[in-house]
Amino acid sequence: MSENIVNIILANGLQVLLKEIHTAPIISQWIWYRVGSRDEPSGKTGIAHWIEHILFKGTERFPAAMLDKAISREGGSWNAMTYLDWTTCFEIMPADKISLTLELEADRMVNCLFNPDEVESERTVIISERQGNENEPLFRLNEEVQAVAFRVHPYHHEVIGDLADLKTMQRDDLYQHYRTYYIPNNAVLSLAGDFETEKILQQIEQLYQPIPPGPTPPRLNRPEPPQQGERRVTVEGPDDTTFLMIAHHVPQTTHPDFIPLLILDSLLTGPSNLNIFGSGISNKTSRLYRALVENDLTVSVHGGVGATIDPFLHIITCIVRPEKTPQEVLTRIEDEISRIQDIPPTKEELQRAIKQARALFAYGTESISNQAFWLGFSSMVSNYDWYLSVLEQLAEVSPESVQQVAQKYLRPQNRVTGFYIPQSSSQIQIHTESD
Amino acid sequence: MSFFISSPSTSHKSLPSAADISRVELPNGIVILARPNFNSPSIVFNGFIQAGSLADPEDKLGSANFTAASLLLGTQEFDYQTIYDKLESAAANLNFEGGTHVTSFGGRCLAEDFEMLIQLFSSALQKPEFPKEQVERKRAQLITNLILRSQDTAEMASLAFDQTVFANHPYSKPEEGYIETIQNITLEDLKQFHQKYYGPRGMVIVVVGAIEPQKAVEVIARYFGDWQNPHQPSPIELPVLSPMTETIQKKVFIAGKSQVDLIIGSVGPHRKSPDYMAASLGNSILGQFGMMGRIGDIVREKEGLAYYAYSSLNAGIGPGSWVVAAGVAPQNTQKTIDLIVKEIRRFVTEKVTQEELEDSQANFIGRLPISLESNLGVAYAISNLERFELGLDYYRQYEDLVRSITVEQIQETAHHYLDPDCLAIVFAGSLT
Repeated sequence: MSENIVNIILANGLQVLLKEIHTAPIISQWIWYRVGSRDEPSGKTGIAHWIEHILFKGTERFPAAMLDKAISREGGSWNAMTYLDWTTCFEIMPADKISLTLELEADRMVNCLFNPDEVESERTVIISERQGNENEPLFRLNEEVQAVAFRVHPYHHEVIGDLADLKTMQRDDLYQHYRTYYIPNNAVLSLAGDFETEKILQQIEQLYQPIPPGPTPPRLNRPEPPQQGERRVTVEGPDDTTFLMIAHHVPQTTHPDFIPLLILDSLLTGPSNLNIFGSGISNKTSRLYRALVENDLTVSVHGGVGATIDPFLHIITCIVRPEKTPQEVLTRIEDEISRIQDIPPTKEELQRAIKQARALFAYGTESISNQAFWLGFSSMVSNYDWYLSVLEQLAEVSPESVQQVAQKYLRPQNRVTGFYIPQSSSQIQIHTESD
Repeated sequence: MSFFISSPSTSHKSLPSAADISRVELPNGIVILARPNFNSPSIVFNGFIQAGSLADPEDKLGSANFTAASLLLGTQEFDYQTIYDKLESAAANLNFEGGTHVTSFGGRCLAEDFEMLIQLFSSALQKPEFPKEQVERKRAQLITNLILRSQDTAEMASLAFDQTVFANHPYSKPEEGYIETIQNITLEDLKQFHQKYYGPRGMVIVVVGAIEPQKAVEVIARYFGDWQNPHQPSPIELPVLSPMTETIQKKVFIAGKSQVDLIIGSVGPHRKSPDYMAASLGNSILGQFGMMGRIGDIVREKEGLAYYAYSSLNAGIGPGSWVVAAGVAPQNTQKTIDLIVKEIRRFVTEKVTQEELEDSQANFIGRLPISLESNLGVAYAISNLERFELGLDYYRQYEDLVRSITVEQIQETAHHYLDPDCLAIVFAGSLT
């Protein structure tokens, strides 16, 4: 491993990744657990995300209010995210105040209280979060497309979970899940910033070595069988806008086809920004933007391929112009897909996609937090060497390999097509009252 | 070179100050501020010109925004395809956005592409062509965005809030306009708006990244030094705002929504007001510090009513707003309103504690270097220094300024701006 990354596995199985950066007096700490919505059977959907909320409710040693105050007083920030394959908690702190959050993360790996009243109070908060998501037509469409794409694999439900399960899961379900998956041998600790590696490693060892490893967590082994034909799903709603979502099954991050797929995605819908901090670039020269937006079929088009442990989806999303039908848009997309399946892209197109990827990586290095994110995130879906070699791997992609992955994956039989159809032009009513 | 060193959190030399910001004013009035950072090979720039929606005709609201959105559709030197070929081949960004007082802009590129980006930026700002076909496509996009806005509970609540608090004032009008007003705007209108309001006087451009300031100034001067607009008007004066005299409640019904978005608040201080720092610290205590301050504690942590519930202070050139916002289930709307109004009443009638104030003061001081971690963060901060005439050494004085605020000042400020019996209470969603 290059780039002066220190990669150590402690005796209890915790992987520690450290990168010293001395450009600003900041340290960014991330703890990653290999647990996400992929580990949730029916009846327990949303449990990882709910636990993520409870991790902020504190421990006996660090009660929630005390922690929140201590971190905020130093000007730090903390948050967490749950996704298909992982859960992560992170803190961004002034460098000389990192000890507190080092202790906090080690403590809450084992000592979260799961107070029944707090679990109950968080139930309604999460239902409210889900209701906020439901206000968005694209959330509702995505939820249906994902459910149709994955009949067997647990990627079939949204990370936030189904309302039925959010209403019925109990405190003990959460606690048992916590004890099973939130253990050192299922975690990666990544830090980047203004520290001395040797010194901080000593602190980390002191804090984490006493935590015993647990049994290897169970995994749901339910691979999705190959799709046998196109699947279509329609969501209706009271909004005024039509959306089209096209999802093709694609392989996991570690698969040799994943890198050519990144280039294919870049050519079709523009470069995806995998950095979590910072914006991407526009996609107006991408093939689908030119075909759809510049031919007045859609207002916008976006796409992306997710980096996941198991095979997931490449998703294209369009806002359809009011005077056009989603079928017209779909036909045009199919034409563009056929074009790249029939004729490999030019070397110039590839060179441009590679330069775009290189620039996005360079922009990402501006942020210390982004670098700590990549240490851990790449370890969840592959490993950090994968991240370091992505640019080299992209540079080696040939026009023919892009053509081949287009032929292999962008077939109608491998596709879920989702339509969001507005039902009627809804009337906005405004009512005013004065005291 | 000297830096303000009085606390470990602010002692690092990364805080921008007059010592490392170069400020140059060109003869035509353009102010350039540049600060080098060679830690990554990228450069960002941002800034603004003095053209905003205050100049929009009543029946053509959205003109400033539409003009800004059309600048990159083609220029006298570069057509649409060439512009985006150049930008995207270099993985560079360039964007314009029409605001109320100003049109702002921003860009980012690798250091090797800086001159190319400034050339495009200059061409877009000074010589846009407004090609018909592209403008009509942009119009369709803007109208779709307005249709999406009409279905967005948070945006519709915000719109209704502005119409209530800023009634009969230009701030009541949305910068994006309405569907009908966007339809009214002709090609000629866009050209005239550009011709009349776009000019170098009052333009500010901030460059941060892997370039020496002198070089940045040279490049900008080469492309902007000759720009003149003898007809450029002076900035538009704002009329006096008539304050609300009683609580006004407004409900916006939007079908098929699971959650109601709620905004409660009033007029807040402008950014240059002496009250700003006291209001800002008070706002932190009310609904920001930690897990969204007192509001988050009661609405989310204790009652479990909402995923988000916080307060915010939005301060600019003219009167600002001071609001509490929350997203709740429809059946919990009234309960949440009652809780929030009760908290506002407590905030106004009782002094915050010394401990609460010290917590927020420490937060403000400690988070400063974190907010200045990236080039973008630094560029934004420097741009604000110029826009609100805070002085290049503002961040040197920041800690003293924050620490000078007392609990009494916070109560006075809260009392001045927030009256629990005279609030705008606005909510949008599928209400029963």
